[in-house]
Amino acid sequence: MAHGSPRNRSGIAAAGRLILRRLGSALLTLLLVSLVVFTISALLPGDAAEETLGQSATPEAVAALRHQMGLDQPAHLRYVRWLGGMIKGDPGQSLVANMPVGQVIAGRLPNSLTLAGLTAAVAIPLALAIGILSALYRDTGLDRALNLMTLGMVAVPEFLVATIAVLVFSVTLRWLPSITVVREGIGWAEMLRGYAMPVMTLACVTVAQMARMTRAAVIDQLSRPYVEMALLKGLSPSRVVLVHVLPNAVAPIVNAMALSLSYLLGGAVIVETIFNYPGIASLMVNAVTSRDMPLLQACAMIFCVAYLLLMLAADVCAILANPRLRGQ
Amino acid sequence: MTPTVPLREESMLKPASTAASRVRHWLSGLPTSGRVGLALVVLWLVLGAAGPLLAPYDVGAFVSPEVFDSMSAQHWLGSDYLGRDVLSRLLSGAQYTVGLALASALLASATGAGLALTATVCPRWVDEVISRFMDTLISIPSKVFALVLVAAFGSSLTLLLLIAAATYTPGAFRIARALAINLNQMDYVQVAYARGEGRLYIAAAEIMPNMIHPVLADFGLRFVFIVLLLSGLSFLGLGVQPPNADLGSLVRENISGLGDGALAILAPAMAIATLTIGVNLLIDALPGRGRRITGGR
Repeated sequence: MAHGSPRNRSGIAAAGRLILRRLGSALLTLLLVSLVVFTISALLPGDAAEETLGQSATPEAVAALRHQMGLDQPAHLRYVRWLGGMIKGDPGQSLVANMPVGQVIAGRLPNSLTLAGLTAAVAIPLALAIGILSALYRDTGLDRALNLMTLGMVAVPEFLVATIAVLVFSVTLRWLPSITVVREGIGWAEMLRGYAMPVMTLACVTVAQMARMTRAAVIDQLSRPYVEMALLKGLSPSRVVLVHVLPNAVAPIVNAMALSLSYLLGGAVIVETIFNYPGIASLMVNAVTSRDMPLLQACAMIFCVAYLLLMLAADVCAILANPRLRGQ
Repeated sequence: MTPTVPLREESMLKPASTAASRVRHWLSGLPTSGRVGLALVVLWLVLGAAGPLLAPYDVGAFVSPEVFDSMSAQHWLGSDYLGRDVLSRLLSGAQYTVGLALASALLASATGAGLALTATVCPRWVDEVISRFMDTLISIPSKVFALVLVAAFGSSLTLLLLIAAATYTPGAFRIARALAINLNQMDYVQVAYARGEGRLYIAAAEIMPNMIHPVLADFGLRFVFIVLLLSGLSFLGLGVQPPNADLGSLVRENISGLGDGALAILAPAMAIATLTIGVNLLIDALPGRGRRITGGR
């Protein structure tokens, strides 16, 4: 890569155009996703006003509430108003908490981001080590052992990992608390103890997926002709890996990381609930139990945005990794 | 170049290759991990099918004076939080878990493959519409999608089946479409078009038979995802509702026994783990084109 050469600059422009196109397509997808979420949660289940008031309500009362909730308007107007509120950061009133959904979520979102951040900080180095190690020693006993381990971890439900972790660390060893308390002004030691088990559980699933994808990305690089050439030239295997393979594998690996971080989103639903962690995912589960649709819609959209951001990051890495675009 | 199709027909016509010997040959090609996986899968399929016949007690019967009892001759897996027989409940739970997940996975894979074939052989705009719709659905994380569906429609057994199938259809479609589009470019398919064959014939007779192996492997993965999804939902109390109980519900209802490390909570949890690990081991051991194509839980 010769920096600053005209060839390279046009490559950057081409990559930039592609990235902008991906961004546009992600926004379009998000719009369609919001349409699907709105259709399923607001249009299909039937009349919310009738349901709120129960069977004994008079038709007048139902009509009044329907008007108050804006349900007497045509579906497309309701969707546009809902979407507008969502974009302005005002997705409506939470029916159960009886306060604006925005406020409920604002109190919870930082917690979920902390949990996700800590998990990523633990999972990424671990997954890198496992993935690269098993790629370098592929088809040896070590690779097979690591493969079995990650396969098992991918296949096991999160609540099983969490349950076993509680059994071992809270009940038997009594090292860690079994629920995570989040409040202002707790010390570092306290915080680490509280976060240890949720992070460990979430990391388990994520590491397994990430390590498998990293292994595939590195093996893909190792099978390229330039590696064979470097080996034929007489370079030592460690030099080939560190100097030749890793710089080329960075983008595919980051791509794999972004893809597998999306596993955090699903895992969080279970883990936050088990450890009674005040995050977005447990909020969403509560919204389902109490059928609090405005809250549910907002949480669902946050998850979809997070997912699309991760996919976009993965796409961008894949574009940057494409040598045909880099060198044009 | 050796044409591959006649070779395959030849091996199928050989008198020695009866069904039994083909199975034996296939088994001998499996590594140990694959055989362990196969054994676990067969075990759970049998237990899922025959569960209630094998159960020593009635599912709802209170048979033990002790709650969270440990193993004994009367109660092989002890008793649960109400003094019911854990083994009997486990066998009944396995029936729900395996049965629901099999039916959902079958529905998801069949719908996915069907739509993929439609998208492949029909005019381009049909493909555009279906693909756009599926890409949208796939951008909603599966657990989140399932939660929204449960909140909107509730969670009776039929609805759970449909919800799980709807959640994993887009993934099945994406994989089947990639396979079908590739096959559609092959010479023999193009020849069939040139012969003037109908679209239905091409989809069913030319493309489908050649993508069946990867689609079956993908079906196995969908099954695992659905087992995990359904037991996760049941664990949260949003899945199979009492008095019915799948394996996830069993873990949930006995959660108070966690402090004692009760078998009533460990047994169903282990049952789920052995089932999902078994399927994964088996799929991972499949040779060549039966390999897993992508993850995606």
